[in-house]
Amino acid sequence: MKNSKFLVLGVFFAIVLSKTQAISWYRFYEMFKFQSFHMYGIIGGAVVISMVFMQLFKRGIIKDIHGNKIHPKQKKKGIISPLLGGTFFGLGWGISGACAAPIFVIFGFKLIPALLLLVGALLGAFLYGLLSKKLPN
Amino acid sequence: MDFILEPWAWYVGGPLIAISLLLYFYFGKNFGASTNFETLCTMAGAGMFSDYFKKDWKERDFALLFVIGLVIGGYLSSTYLIPNQQIDLNPTTVNELTDLGFSNVGAHYFPEEIFGEEVFYTLKGFLILLVSGVLVGFGTRYAGGCTSGHAITGLSSLQFPSLLAVIGFFIGGIIATWLIIPSIF
Repeated sequence: MKNSKFLVLGVFFAIVLSKTQAISWYRFYEMFKFQSFHMYGIIGGAVVISMVFMQLFKRGIIKDIHGNKIHPKQKKKGIISPLLGGTFFGLGWGISGACAAPIFVIFGFKLIPALLLLVGALLGAFLYGLLSKKLPN
Repeated sequence: MDFILEPWAWYVGGPLIAISLLLYFYFGKNFGASTNFETLCTMAGAGMFSDYFKKDWKERDFALLFVIGLVIGGYLSSTYLIPNQQIDLNPTTVNELTDLGFSNVGAHYFPEEIFGEEVFYTLKGFLILLVSGVLVGFGTRYAGGCTSGHAITGLSSLQFPSLLAVIGFFIGGIIATWLIIPSIF
């Protein structure tokens, strides 16, 4: 299947997150309490190197597998939505130590807690879908 | 072989995450994880309740395969690649959490006080995980991205909404760890 490479990439990404402890509740707790450099090193390093890749995409030096120029999707504009949405997300992340991708990775470690987190996340996304037109941007 | 089984340092993780992003874009798609919550809602029939979910989820089959890969990768890691989950924490962190009543701090990736079997069958433990999940799912859709989509993809492509989102992540994360965790434990 043509998309099976994404399956392999998912396996790889999960192993990277697991092996660097970037799915551990403790690693996020200490990050938000400014008690360790570990997560700042991981996320900061990923961002800085990705910046180089983004420049290579922009200049057309790296093209995608079909030979097309790579354009990262532009995020929707707004002030309140990223700030307030981000704050809600941060609250959930800070308490559970799990952001989006790790929830799926945690299935392999703690099945029932991961299932509860996922059911919650789907309820939350559903709630957003119902309210999306009424919320400020 | 030792390298595979030992924990990987931050300077290994950062580049490997960036390479994951590179491959995701190279394969022709936009790197992110949280849109999948929406896609799974659509698959579960959320379109019956809101037009927001009336989308063709088959267009996101690549992302669903990525998610299945995440689950498989997590299973492989926990089963074969991490013989020892001990985390080398700052002694301040250990003391703080011990004072809050956490036991064996840093002995495993996930504290028993939140992820332990005797906890999530209690109402409090159940709600802690479920409500955190709701906040993550709602927040990420409202903000338009998560750690992958905003903090890594968005910041590295210099998008202003992503900077605001990351500031929001920290406001929430700081409130959670400095105020909420000490008051619920």
